[in-house]
Amino acid sequence: MVMAASETKFHVLAVDDTLIDRKLIEKLLKTSSYQVTAVDSGTKALEFLGLNNNDHQDVKVNLIITDYCMPGMTGYDLLRKIKESSSFKDIPVVIMSSDNIPSRINRCLEGGAEEFFLKPVQLSDVNKLRPHLMKRTQTNVNKRKAMDEIVSPDRTRARYNELEVN
Amino acid sequence: MDRNRLHNQVASMRRSLFDQLEELQDDTNPNFVQEVVTLFYNDSTRLIQNIEQALNSRPIDFCKLDDYMHQFKGSSSSIGAKKVTNECTAFREYCNAENAEGCIRSFQQVKQEHAILKRKLEVYLQTVRQASQTA
Repeated sequence: MVMAASETKFHVLAVDDTLIDRKLIEKLLKTSSYQVTAVDSGTKALEFLGLNNNDHQDVKVNLIITDYCMPGMTGYDLLRKIKESSSFKDIPVVIMSSDNIPSRINRCLEGGAEEFFLKPVQLSDVNKLRPHLMKRTQTNVNKRKAMDEIVSPDRTRARYNELEVN
Repeated sequence: MDRNRLHNQVASMRRSLFDQLEELQDDTNPNFVQEVVTLFYNDSTRLIQNIEQALNSRPIDFCKLDDYMHQFKGSSSSIGAKKVTNECTAFREYCNAENAEGCIRSFQQVKQEHAILKRKLEVYLQTVRQASQTA
């Protein structure tokens, strides 16, 4: 299959109010070949995306990774704002937290977060991000396949294979 | 040979102190661990002072205490300082229970572990400086 932007690095927006954690997550992401923008608050994240003003920012963000515990706007608040925005609701959001609280984790996942990482975040966690990014470019391909299945469920495998996009 | 010895020393200290950080240091940012360590060193010292002050004020503001300790625990955990992080967890339990005496006792443990860690970090940073001077 063809992925138009396969040569371009994915751009991740990292949000964390702690300097050390910001530095660490930035390094983890860069080591994994992502382009990174790091900000220290949910408000700044929204500003960067252009949600706080009417000027349309020409900013392309492929994923947002945010700390949960932040003063003012928590990571959950930011998650909801992103998911409620028509322009940005499809951007995958990942939440990080140093506290292992199941109800918090569930709330975030139910609120639309793709993943919830416990801090300290490891390289192995960052590796889990790639499928969420790849998934976006595959959406059209999968939708087509699924629709074909529904239309004609007794289709033979051979016929179905013909329709596969390579 | 002195240069090699120092560089090897730095590398082995880094490995033993900071598993994960070590993985992140590379040619594009050869001072990464040093920067993070310095950041932590300054940041944690400041937080310890804040916590000390908060514990000395009457009445004790447990909310503020928990806030400081949350930050402190967060950065300790981020650089892989397990012992300090564990003492912080104990402290926060006393804090949540608003147990002043428990907090004060627990904080002594936190300070102790932090002091041990600081000494290790100082030696590490010193060795790094020496190694860069012979480079």
